[in-house]
Amino acid sequence: MKFEHNGKDNRPTSTKLCAACYPQWYPARQSIRLDPKGKSLKDEDVLQHLPVGTTATFYFRDLGAQISWVTVFLTEYAGPLLIYLMFYFRVPFIYPPKYDFTTSKHWVVHLACMCHSFHYVKRLLETLFVHRFSHGTMPLRNIFKNCTYYWGFAAWMAYYINHPLYTPPTYGEQQVKMALIIFLFCQIGNFSIHIALRNLRPPGSKTRKIPYPTKNPFTWIFLLVSCPNYTYELGSWLGFTLMTQCLPVAFFTLVGFIQMTVWAKAKHRSYLKEFRDYPPLRSPILPFVL
Amino acid sequence: MSAPAMGTTKTAPNDGSHKKKKGPGTLATAYLVIYNVVMTAGWLVIAVGLVRAYLARGSYHGLYYSIEKPLKFFQTGALLEILHCAVGIVPSSVVLTGFQVMSRVFLTWAVTHSVREVQSEDSVLLFVVAWTITEIIRYSFYTFSLLNHLPYLIKWARYTFFIVLYPMGVTGELLTIYAALPYVQKTGLYSVTLPNKYNFSFDYYTFLILTMVSYIPLFPQLYFHMLRQRKKVLGHVEEYTKVE
Repeated sequence: MKFEHNGKDNRPTSTKLCAACYPQWYPARQSIRLDPKGKSLKDEDVLQHLPVGTTATFYFRDLGAQISWVTVFLTEYAGPLLIYLMFYFRVPFIYPPKYDFTTSKHWVVHLACMCHSFHYVKRLLETLFVHRFSHGTMPLRNIFKNCTYYWGFAAWMAYYINHPLYTPPTYGEQQVKMALIIFLFCQIGNFSIHIALRNLRPPGSKTRKIPYPTKNPFTWIFLLVSCPNYTYELGSWLGFTLMTQCLPVAFFTLVGFIQMTVWAKAKHRSYLKEFRDYPPLRSPILPFVL
Repeated sequence: MSAPAMGTTKTAPNDGSHKKKKGPGTLATAYLVIYNVVMTAGWLVIAVGLVRAYLARGSYHGLYYSIEKPLKFFQTGALLEILHCAVGIVPSSVVLTGFQVMSRVFLTWAVTHSVREVQSEDSVLLFVVAWTITEIIRYSFYTFSLLNHLPYLIKWARYTFFIVLYPMGVTGELLTIYAALPYVQKTGLYSVTLPNKYNFSFDYYTFLILTMVSYIPLFPQLYFHMLRQRKKVLGHVEEYTKVE
């Protein structure tokens, strides 16, 4: 596909360029490159500033149906919130009928429900008001994959914690209080990191900068770790595992940790590649370890 | 046998211009040849064991017991193949290989070995025979491929026998799991009930049923993948193909 411009054209590339040529594919699912093996052009790239002459050759690719990140996040987080509550309130057809709409006699079960719900409400609010996403969209099939993961695990965990035969933690109040402290500490930590990352970016922009510790002590972990949001997230779920002493929660924590480690390593690598002066002391997710 | 050895080349082993894979080093190749030869021999032992037991008894019932030990040994040995992929000396996906090997190991140990009552079922013979023939061909295919001397007969067999052996094996496997169900339910084998300290439960009976159900989407995918591979591999008789 060839496109001529008169050297004075300031229109952004993908939106108007291929909207004209391939109107059947909305811009979000179009990937345009100058080199077939290179990186895709960004929406805000201006034709005039591209390294091309008066005639430019672009390579086009259809990325498939897309869905916005915000939509995916809201859906995948709303699920666990509601599903857990269904188990907590012992809605019919989950447990034997004599337990319908009863409540657990263990106070840790009520606490766990509050923590779990708080966690997902926090995530929903962050999605709406805090995060500044680099990409507008992701492939549509991701929503099915992600929701299966979040909703499935939420149901599995909630089933046992809210079960009539639930066994409270072995070390009782001591264990639960310790777990709650860890959980809250890491929730605040995680939120602090999200705010710090948001403040790196002016509104509506997609700039990338090295994150540094701020006045908030919860961000001082940036000295040792590239992705402390994941570190704190792991901590929160470890706290929740300790609080509920429930093996499915431990599994969920483990799987989440593996996935977050993969993401943290990739992010760390991209920081190193992009910034020559990236602090050498930092590890991807666990200080000095991983 | 007397057919020309299609796919062999007399050029140096690292003819990079036609083959995309970088291939294992010399030491790894030697190890893999030994591994595949040993596995071929092992499954031949099982095959011979089955034939001899059949001739001795005069019936095909209860032949499992005559090859129980080599079957367990060599099928479990296949776990090494996951390691080969992980380390990179074999260019297959770890996940795919892991899945295939684990399903075999699962049937060998968690079903046939664990539920004594199914060991005398004819369905066991069905999948053991399917596995035996498949593995003899598969491991000799790998052996010859590594030595750059792949007789067309082996390649043809590898990509043709599965047409019958795959459904045969799957039938044997499903019937065996099905036969195990009542005993698992009765004894609560491998099951954990509430209440317990870790707030976890596992019902092996339900798990086996779900396993059987999973064959419905999985088997056609694998089968048609092999059919497509067959078309690709046997369609181009003069070219080398990537070792599966």
